Amino acid sequence: MKILAIDSSGLVASAAVTEDEKLLAEYTVNYKKTHSQTLMPMVDEIVRMTELDLSTIDAVAVAGGPGSFTGLRIGSAAAKGLAQALNKPVIGVPTTEAMALELWGYSGLIIPVMDARRRQVYTGIYSFSEAGEGAVRPKCLLEQCALGIEELVAKAGSFGKKAVFTGDGVPVFKEDILRLASFPVSFAPVHLNAQRAGAVAALAAVMFREGNYTSACEHVPVYLRKSQAERERERAEGHAGG
Amino acid sequence: MSEKDVLILGIESSCDETAAAVVKNGREVCSNIIASQIDIHTLYGGVVPELASRHHMEKICQVVEEALSKAGITLKELDAVGVTFGPGLVGPLLVGVSYAKALAYASGLPLVGVNHIEGHICANYIEDPSLEPPFLCLVVSGGHTHLVRVKDYCTFEVLGVTRDDAAGEAFDKVARAIGLGYPGGPKIDAAAKKGNPEAVRFPRAHVDDGEFDFSFSGLKSAVLNYLNGAAMKGEKVVSEDVAASFQAAAVEVLTENAMNAAERFHADRFAIAGGVASNSALRSEFERRCSEKGIHYYHPAGILCTDNAAMIASAAFFHYKRGERSGLDLNAVPDLKLGREKP
Repeated sequence: MKILAIDSSGLVASAAVTEDEKLLAEYTVNYKKTHSQTLMPMVDEIVRMTELDLSTIDAVAVAGGPGSFTGLRIGSAAAKGLAQALNKPVIGVPTTEAMALELWGYSGLIIPVMDARRRQVYTGIYSFSEAGEGAVRPKCLLEQCALGIEELVAKAGSFGKKAVFTGDGVPVFKEDILRLASFPVSFAPVHLNAQRAGAVAALAAVMFREGNYTSACEHVPVYLRKSQAERERERAEGHAGG
Repeated sequence: MSEKDVLILGIESSCDETAAAVVKNGREVCSNIIASQIDIHTLYGGVVPELASRHHMEKICQVVEEALSKAGITLKELDAVGVTFGPGLVGPLLVGVSYAKALAYASGLPLVGVNHIEGHICANYIEDPSLEPPFLCLVVSGGHTHLVRVKDYCTFEVLGVTRDDAAGEAFDKVARAIGLGYPGGPKIDAAAKKGNPEAVRFPRAHVDDGEFDFSFSGLKSAVLNYLNGAAMKGEKVVSEDVAASFQAAAVEVLTENAMNAAERFHADRFAIAGGVASNSALRSEFERRCSEKGIHYYHPAGILCTDNAAMIASAAFFHYKRGERSGLDLNAVPDLKLGREKP
């Protein structure tokens, strides 16, 4: 089974192709250029480098959120365009679970954090040790959400375990995490501390076997947050009603 | 279909319409699908960019699928994909651009980035297959007010732009102020038909240092001041009269500038385009003034005035014929200028 995967949910743009147990190519860039300019040229580069006939892929995978709204738009719109043209399904992979997968084998809690502004992070809490020996997906202890850093660290502490934090939220909140945590904390090393499309593809392969995919038309990213206009409107209506 | 026919899929998502169309040879519409988000944005009294972006994401595949099936063709039968890359709202633009690049790439089709304002102008080529450049064009919509000299299919000189609000923006704001709601253009048009255009004399703004430039913020403020004044004095305002008087002022400024330009450049053809080009008062005033001057007047049907993708496919066609192609690094350019940047 061949999967073309992309991730532009955070600061990194990444593209990869996997074929069964083989990572054919992965291209990850964390540079100031916008994902809109880098993502498709990166896809093209790995397609040419691996002499990939796009019609032979089985599915298009994308980090389907949470993440920066703009980044999710670029990734999901690209995934929809590729999948529609190729008549293949889209696998919208939970961004934080794919990040957790990069730390497969770690015995404590895995906590991806992405800066969500307003002193919040997009996060989730995962554990492979609790998923059982040889599990391909980690056990999810906290579903993907936007959470204040204080609240997140408190929740993590309630499990009474050590934890590794990963993601582009780490540089933003490292001091807070160290200050707040009452449990042993570590941080993922540089080659594993950001989104990688290889991990998106690996998780997508499992999800595909589980039947967890959509058509290009149906795919939409998971933003986790409503737009500001909707929030304000609901607040105003709440006041009007109460 | 003869060998030389060129079929282009156009994709448009610069504001609040998700649109796709297939156009043959730049002028013949095979399909023209528009998914409007107006019901959503009406709740907020205007376009909410984040919501618009999200709805484009939900609809874009469907409108393309529908455009292809209505045209009775598959992606493989296309010659190119054209997409709006600016000007417009960045989030909505990014959905269309990112999607179109991927779709074209995976279909092995060339991609042509299109300037949205150029698209509006090209709506006239679809409406009247005999129209050829050079001519003058007034592009008026919710986001744009451009007086353009169309020198050739791909060569434009912008003679004048708005210094502040777009004409359509002024219509929206005034409509909101007199309680007509969103979208303002059609609502003002309808109300004005029942009002007296001479009831209130609103100012006709002329820009001193830009002969063909426009300004609508003064007119908008004058209307708001009038409404405030009436409210303070406890006078009842006839909203139909305000709508008609405002519309008369806006139409006069637009038409006056346009006719001055026509005289200066000895134009014998004048086209209007954009959402506000559907306004019945603007249309009849243009018709009257153009016929007085012996100028041939062109205006697209309503469906081609509003944001649509047929006009984008048409514009893409003329660039495609010149061998212009966009790369996979094509980005959304929210403030894209007409006649400068190359896609």
